[in-house]
Amino acid sequence: MNVSHLGQATPPLRRLSELRGPAPQRSLDARALAALAANPGCRRRALLDAAGVDKVALAQRLGRPAPFGQSPFAIRRGLLFESRLKRDGYAVLLEPLRRRLGVPAEEVSSLAVPDLLPAASPAVRAERTAAALAEAAADPSAWTLLDHPLLRLDVAGSPAYLEPDALVVHAGRCTVVEIKSFPVLDGSADPANVGAAARQAAVYVLALQEAAARRAGLPLSEDPYAVQELPGAPELTVLLVCPKDFSAQPVAVPVDVRRELAVTRRQLSRMTRIEQLLAALPEGVTFDLARDGSGAPTRPAGELAEAVAAVPAAYAPECISTCELGFHCRSQARCAGAVEQLGRGVRGELGSLRTVEEALAAAEPGAAAGPEPEPAGGSGPDEASGRLAYAARLRAEALGGVR
Amino acid sequence: MSLLSTLARLEAVRAQRAQPLATVRHRHLSDRPMVLVPLAAAGEAGAPLAVLLGTDRREPRLHFVPQPLNRTQRSEFLAAVAREVVPYLESFGDEVELLEGSEKDPVSGEKVPVVRELCADAPQLIVPNAGGVAHLALLGRSTRFRRTVEDPDPGEYPSPTEVPLLGRWLTHLTDRAQVPGSSMLLAMTGLLARHWATGQSNLEDQHLAARLAWHLPPAGLEPPALGAEAAEWVESARDGEGLLLHPPAGPATDPKFDERVLAPAILRHDAAVAVRERAGAARDDAEVRRAAALVERAHAELARVLLSATLPAWHDVWNGVDLLRALPPAGHLPDRWEGDRWSFTMHRERVAAGEPPQPRRDDAVTAARKLAQREREQAKLEIQEALDDPLAMAERRLAGEAFAGEVVDVVPEWSEGRSPKPRPLLVVRTGDRPHADPGREVHRAHAEPAQRAEIVSSAPGEVVVRLLSGMGRRRDPEPGSVPEPGSTVVFTLFELAPRQSAPLPEPADTPWTHGGPPVAVEDAPAGADEWE
Repeated sequence: MNVSHLGQATPPLRRLSELRGPAPQRSLDARALAALAANPGCRRRALLDAAGVDKVALAQRLGRPAPFGQSPFAIRRGLLFESRLKRDGYAVLLEPLRRRLGVPAEEVSSLAVPDLLPAASPAVRAERTAAALAEAAADPSAWTLLDHPLLRLDVAGSPAYLEPDALVVHAGRCTVVEIKSFPVLDGSADPANVGAAARQAAVYVLALQEAAARRAGLPLSEDPYAVQELPGAPELTVLLVCPKDFSAQPVAVPVDVRRELAVTRRQLSRMTRIEQLLAALPEGVTFDLARDGSGAPTRPAGELAEAVAAVPAAYAPECISTCELGFHCRSQARCAGAVEQLGRGVRGELGSLRTVEEALAAAEPGAAAGPEPEPAGGSGPDEASGRLAYAARLRAEALGGVR
Repeated sequence: MSLLSTLARLEAVRAQRAQPLATVRHRHLSDRPMVLVPLAAAGEAGAPLAVLLGTDRREPRLHFVPQPLNRTQRSEFLAAVAREVVPYLESFGDEVELLEGSEKDPVSGEKVPVVRELCADAPQLIVPNAGGVAHLALLGRSTRFRRTVEDPDPGEYPSPTEVPLLGRWLTHLTDRAQVPGSSMLLAMTGLLARHWATGQSNLEDQHLAARLAWHLPPAGLEPPALGAEAAEWVESARDGEGLLLHPPAGPATDPKFDERVLAPAILRHDAAVAVRERAGAARDDAEVRRAAALVERAHAELARVLLSATLPAWHDVWNGVDLLRALPPAGHLPDRWEGDRWSFTMHRERVAAGEPPQPRRDDAVTAARKLAQREREQAKLEIQEALDDPLAMAERRLAGEAFAGEVVDVVPEWSEGRSPKPRPLLVVRTGDRPHADPGREVHRAHAEPAQRAEIVSSAPGEVVVRLLSGMGRRRDPEPGSVPEPGSTVVFTLFELAPRQSAPLPEPADTPWTHGGPPVAVEDAPAGADEWE
């Protein structure tokens, strides 16, 4: 993927492509963006994603490969499920949409499925999607389904390409369709799964809102809950399509994503601008794996680890399940003795005590009293240390018989 | 997570081994538990792949579905599992205690004596992790409505009679597992988390083998090690083919295992079955015999790979059982286990009485009852754990909900009035900082009978309380009912007996605000429920 479609290669873009080296750019998907939005303070992830670095290969070279993967059984089942969905002219999708939009079921309308050039480069696909969306929105009576469209969203100053499962366009507005494999059992689904799907769909809605605003030449509304009244604007309710009970029968459920949309917008706006991240980067840093002719990386792991260490990370144990570099960052956090390795909440509990050694030293008998007496109603570091020493005393007393 | 458990985690980081979070065992452990290591087929909700189960750690028994998409094979698998699990569960119904009680006669309103049966013991299933419990719940939901050959309308695919019975038991056990402190169905990760802290986060502790690596060196790691390094080895070490050296404890299998080992083995089995069918259709006896041998070989190969995927978790669960058995049992365990025995007895009676399976959704009153029960049990569990375990009491002391100390002075005083009652003052020296305002009622822990007191004054290092009850009916307190100077006392700011919640109406009297009395709904045809 070259960057020329995005206009001129501006200095930040050039620097980002230097960071990546000659490897092809990895585009951000909504899952990655949702993960990024869940941990907006992580500069390491923000920069690597902006540069489109292949984090899987990077983690592999660093010696701690990501444990992610998908079972062939799950893939086969997913394909079967999607093919069920396409049966009968996407009736499963259209029926709940008709009900929501109040369109009589007997109204005869055929569903147009335009070709979105799935084999083209991301920039071309995004252009094609935008054109197809504008065309579909222009005819209010038509029903159009955009199958795997490609949307563009600017994240912290660099473009990200997103691929929703489908978009249904009718009456000048579009609805995001998200296909998932977890079941809706007896009318309810696992809230954790629904939440993740809603966060992911909210990213698509945001991208569509920005695109609609851009087309109309208007700024995006300040109010994240506002409904856009523009052609091609997205509904704030998305359609979640899941298997019903234990069958492969699809069922579509509307999910309101306004809250997730507001959260995503706030988190993404909080991210440090890429320019600032680049400015803080020492000269000459690159994440190039220096692949040889056979594609095997030749860059020494130590050198690569140093380059990665030049960008600070905000590690939390949740990273292990969402980020390819999770294991790498964990081993660094463990080496440094950082208290974050025990969980996000622990850091809040321990106040200014940032390492395991510091915290344990504060818990030693007599440590809290310190050279000076604790001021009444003490706060800040003294309070955390004092409570820790108190907890240590109670623990030692309770375990007295055991040890 | 409380500061005390954070502290234990910090200590575990330093020591690189698990640290105690309890001085006693807070969950009942059966002498004859059944361990199950269930595996699910990827991509499909609750679709079973295999289960390794048994009551003897030296004799695990493997059952599996050779082709996870084949519904006949799934039915056979479920029937085979039912034939192992249901007899185990029912064996606990043989020995009963007879308890005399009284019941209100619905017609006359008078109390009439009744004799009820209570099973002397109850079964206990142990799975590796919370995912295992969730998988059993899905299996229960998907099988309890199955139609069998005995049904008037057995449908196209009737299942063996044991299958819906297994579903009803699994539903009951997974439902009961939601009750705090219950022990009929336990997840090993949860059991270990209650009793020990590791030097990693809660999230990482969900991996049974990684959590156990803080207790015992994992099998196969050379040189043997403990702690973070061993946990990481268990999580991520792979062999030359990219397969995990220590497979996860399920129910999800490693995708690489699915791709490189399981999928080819299933394919070979399918191919062998196809050859056999073709030969059978062509009536070629020699070919049928040859194909049957092929099928047998493919079947054995599948059994081998699935055993290798479940056996490490099987050993891990039993190792966890050993660790827990080394802890002395908490004092209130028999009391809570009796609740489990009642739960088992009542479900057994419902099944024997021919009641229909549990509904898909509870009606309003049943749901409210379950919720009230769980709240009550949670309160009871917290109180009992604090009384049984000084470390659990330390949590409450740290939170300012209790204080412990030495009685330094006892001032005898009496109440006013015609018949004065003893109201002695105790001066307690304590390092605790209870949220104790004067006049606040407190309760003395471990007092028999129960003893209330009120705070008279509270200053750093010293709390003065006045005893209010539990000293007999006479003017002078019963000997031993007032602590002597120099003795150690613990007072709690919370009550030591959980409150009873307000009674709930019968389901038939559900108020209209909650949907009114439940209407009997015709169950959806079972076909819609089944896997495809």
